[in-house]
This record gives sequence, structure tokens and C-alpha cells, in this order.
Amino acid sequence: MAVTVVAMVLQRNLFSVVVLFGIYSFLMATVLVALDAVDVAMTEAAVGAGVSTVLLLGALHLTGGAEAQRLERPLLPLVLSIAVGAVLAYGSLGLPAFSDPLAPIHTHVVPRYLNEGLKETGVPNIVSAVLASYRGYDTLGETVVVFTAGAGVIALLRRRRKSK
Amino acid sequence: MKDDIILRVVAKLLMPFMLLFALYVQFHADFGPGGGFQAGVIAAAAIVFYALIFGLPAGLRLVPEWVVEKMLAAGVLVYAGVGLAGLVLGGNYLDYFVLGADPVSGQHRGIFWVEVGVLLTVAGVMLKLFYMFAGRGRDAEGE
Repeated sequence: MAVTVVAMVLQRNLFSVVVLFGIYSFLMATVLVALDAVDVAMTEAAVGAGVSTVLLLGALHLTGGAEAQRLERPLLPLVLSIAVGAVLAYGSLGLPAFSDPLAPIHTHVVPRYLNEGLKETGVPNIVSAVLASYRGYDTLGETVVVFTAGAGVIALLRRRRKSK
Repeated sequence: MKDDIILRVVAKLLMPFMLLFALYVQFHADFGPGGGFQAGVIAAAAIVFYALIFGLPAGLRLVPEWVVEKMLAAGVLVYAGVGLAGLVLGGNYLDYFVLGADPVSGQHRGIFWVEVGVLLTVAGVMLKLFYMFAGRGRDAEGE
């Protein structure tokens, strides 16, 4: 994954950047499978590697394939992103260890979902049960967000087409 | 890509399986990984694939643009409607327990319809985005 990212940054041809982006998404999906998050891996492979690659290629078709020459020296953005990365890495040191059973997230509502979920909802897949039932409001909000995003894109692109 | 016989044949062979897999991911979500979001994206990817191989007009014939736009809104309405059904039947908003004869079957029914709503909206948005981008490219070429 690190190799693909470096290649993406160095590459000037946007077509190869899009292809590398797809490869990165597939690698990310395999990492998620290794972490036992199959639902997320499925989404990553379908959205990240599949649909967004097609959309990016469509956008590339409209804009042309070469990256514009950069206007200024990239020193300040570089320093800034390294600083933010360092802060995030420092913050992650304070997190509980991976798969620590006593981490706060595992002692609040998770035991109830895991122990009572099957009895209360009759749904063996705990992800579906939490997503659609316990967190029904959140998922409703997400659906509305997706709808709003789609409606926004429709509004933007359609007006341009009419004004031509 | 319209004239490539191999792509055409493979696309025709794969299409039913892709759509079947989307339905499997949708309706098997209770027991395995999956759900409305994943199924919606897979179904949309199948249609996008078809439109890429056979051309945008063929894709638009298969799933016309007005259907896609209706799907966008219908998904949210189905989801919100499940919540209202809970209210009408004497529970709280998005309360699935009152939807069936006993709480567990009510949960099943509620989750099922909610996932249908998510599927409709997600597939609609993905297809609409694709149609928009592809359509713009077509307009630019026509000028």
C-alpha cells in the first residue's frame, strides 16, 4: 500500500493515478478482510475500487489526462501534512491496545449487542442488527445524506447543461 | 467497446450473476455479511458495467433516468415510512417490535424494509452519478 501511495504521488499521468487508486482500494479491502470486517471490505471493494474508478475515469475523460504544472513550491503543505500526521500518530499512542477486551468501547453497549442481539432481534449477523435496528436513526440519517449528496450533484450538473 | 464480441458475450453472461449476487447480498444480510448499501452498489455496478460495454443509450434503455430519480427519493421514503408504520401501530418512531406478530418477526420485517430503502437510494445515487458524468462527456463530444 505504501508503494502504491508513493507511486501515486510521483506519477504525473492522471490515468495511472486512477488505476493505482483502484489497486490501493483493493489492497485496503484485503486488509479489512484480514481484520474480520467483511461488510466494510465489501463496500470498499465495490465503491472504492469499482464505482469510483469508473467515475474518476469519466471525470478524466472530461478534463484530459495530464496534471497541471504546480504553481508554487510545495514546502508549506508538505510541512503541514507531516505535522498533522505526527499529531495523529502521537494521539494514536493514547488509544487502548488493539483487541483489548477492557477498552472503553467494549464495556459500554457492545456486550449487550453481542449477548442479547440474537435474542432481541433474531438476526444472527450482528452488523446488520446494530446497523438497521439498534442504530436505526443513524442509518436513516446516512440514507438521507446519500440522498442529499445525489440531489446536490443533480442540481449542479443539470443547471450547467441547460445553460449551454 | 460495443464491437468487441468477447466483451459483449462475457457481459451478457455475467449480468444475471451480478444482479443475483446483489439480491443475495441484500436478502442474506441477516445471516452473512452484506446489507442495503453493499447490495445497492453491486446492483449499480452491474448496470454501469452494462452501460460501459453496450453504450450509454443501451444502459438508459435498461434503466431510464426517471426511474433512477424516483429510486433516489423512494428509498428515503421507504425508510421513513417504516418509522411511521411503527408510530401508527402504537410504538415509537423506527420501533420494529410492533411490526410483526411477535417482537422477533417484527424486527425481521423492520430491518428488511429499511434495507430495501437503503438499497434503492444508494443504487439510485450511484447510477445517477454515472449517467451525469457519462452524459456530460457525450455532450462535450457532440459539440
